[in-house]
Amino acid sequence: MDEAVVWLTIFILSVFVGIEVISKVSSTLHTPLMSGANAIHGIILLGAVLVTGATDNDVALVVGLVAIVLAAVNMVGGFVVTDRMLQMFVRKKPKPAAAPTDGGSAA
Amino acid sequence: MPTWVQLVYLACAVCFILALKGLSGPRTARAGNLVGAAAAVVAVIVPFIYLDLDHVPLILAAIAVGTAGGVVGARRVQMTQMPQMVALFNGVGGGAAALVALLELHEMTPHVDDVSWFTLAATAFTIAVGSISFAGSIITFAKLQELMTSRPVIFPGLRYVFPIAVAAAVVLGVRVVIDPTMWVGIVLALLGLLVGVLLVLPVGGADVPIVISLLNAFTGLTVAAGGYVLSNVVLLVAGTLVGASGTYLTMLMAKAMGRSVANIMFGALKGGSTLGGGEASDRPVRSAGPEDVAILLGYADRVIIVPGYGLAVAQAQHTLRELVDVLIARGTQVDYAIHPVAGRMPGHMNVLLAEAQVPYEQLIEMDEINGEFKHTDVVLVVGANDVVNPAAKTTPGAPIYGMPILNADEAQQIVFMKRSMRPGFAGIENELLFDPKTTLLFGDAKDSLGKLLNAVKAL
Repeated sequence: MDEAVVWLTIFILSVFVGIEVISKVSSTLHTPLMSGANAIHGIILLGAVLVTGATDNDVALVVGLVAIVLAAVNMVGGFVVTDRMLQMFVRKKPKPAAAPTDGGSAA
Repeated sequence: MPTWVQLVYLACAVCFILALKGLSGPRTARAGNLVGAAAAVVAVIVPFIYLDLDHVPLILAAIAVGTAGGVVGARRVQMTQMPQMVALFNGVGGGAAALVALLELHEMTPHVDDVSWFTLAATAFTIAVGSISFAGSIITFAKLQELMTSRPVIFPGLRYVFPIAVAAAVVLGVRVVIDPTMWVGIVLALLGLLVGVLLVLPVGGADVPIVISLLNAFTGLTVAAGGYVLSNVVLLVAGTLVGASGTYLTMLMAKAMGRSVANIMFGALKGGSTLGGGEASDRPVRSAGPEDVAILLGYADRVIIVPGYGLAVAQAQHTLRELVDVLIARGTQVDYAIHPVAGRMPGHMNVLLAEAQVPYEQLIEMDEINGEFKHTDVVLVVGANDVVNPAAKTTPGAPIYGMPILNADEAQQIVFMKRSMRPGFAGIENELLFDPKTTLLFGDAKDSLGKLLNAVKAL
């Protein structure tokens, strides 16, 4: 089988999986879900590392490093900000002292 | 590629599916996010182990810089500014994807004959759509951060310039496939930036969250195409998952607002502006002081709070929660009615109230609480407007017509806390403000709530 068809198969199956796994999301979680999905596409960092690590051209190296910085911001920032949002959704049990909210937001 | 690497990548791809699955349920959301993060970190570490990469110190330094920037940005941002932060993260991801594709194009040009047309097409797609996502997200960020006007920006030739720019981008994309040279790729990227700007400029502020979600899906698809170009299954699966779920999520959000995605993106182009006049009205209303409102609230049996973005802007969530605590202590039944698009993004209001330690059980979603307004003595609307505007049900021409709203108009009394008579984000007048059952309490939300709190305590 043509290799492109294998990739196409993976692509199409992933489309269905992507729709199926989030189809029952409540509107409460739309924002964190969007943010989490946003962080996942930060995986382009892997692509940026692969091309930058294989180049022998100075201009390409600089462009690659810029791509790595941008992708790392997307990936790391995305997961951290999602986690911060989701901390708010943790059901507060009759907890007396434990306040896990980080100080930066207590304005 | 060694087998173990392929297996690790497969595991990472599965983890991303589980991450999205987890993120769609309240109890599993946080774990889902962590699973996704762990998979992403593992996937990035793998090439350092099995490949003999060049420039490793520089690459690690760049990752460190980006990580630091991301962590600082993510931790410092105010919860109210969350939507623009997500837009910014999305934009830089799209930009990174476009740059990666340009570099790949550079690698391919010396031996073009060995490269399939499909690979070239995927490269062109990534360059163009990544640039669109980057520029569009930056404009979205500027709109939400109020670095520029949040109203639709329309200029006379826009309805011609936009299709021409899109058509030119398609032609250049085809050109990349037929005759791949670096300069065509660079022009394609620049054109993508232009299309991104033109795409978002005409969108009104209230619809911007939908655009963020759509651009998020775009970036996902570019990452998927980039994965094909690089023959990397993790990128392909992760990108496709985000592209598909992001597109679906965009449609869910648009549905929650009673709009279609096409209407939101191109409504302003067709002339039917997404915003109305935005003028302050001078029709008579009934206003009252904090003491009067305190009496209304203090002797009510059932109170429903309708919080909106104005509450968050005034940073008044904490004062509101104190007020509710006092009312509950007086024996009043108090709940918060959460409209799906309260705040600037769906679910944004829940995050803001949760930050103020409002118990999750008091936040009631629209469908559950809408039947209760009939039996409610007082509805207190704090910094919200469009989500209780009956025009959504009664005025077919209104921009928000068809959007499900909270039935605040069915309550015995309605109290609006507002800064002024200016209309809400959608820019249309709210008939409910002029209803005989309605009382207005003018002033900054935090200030008014403070006074109201003291007045209720003094009862």
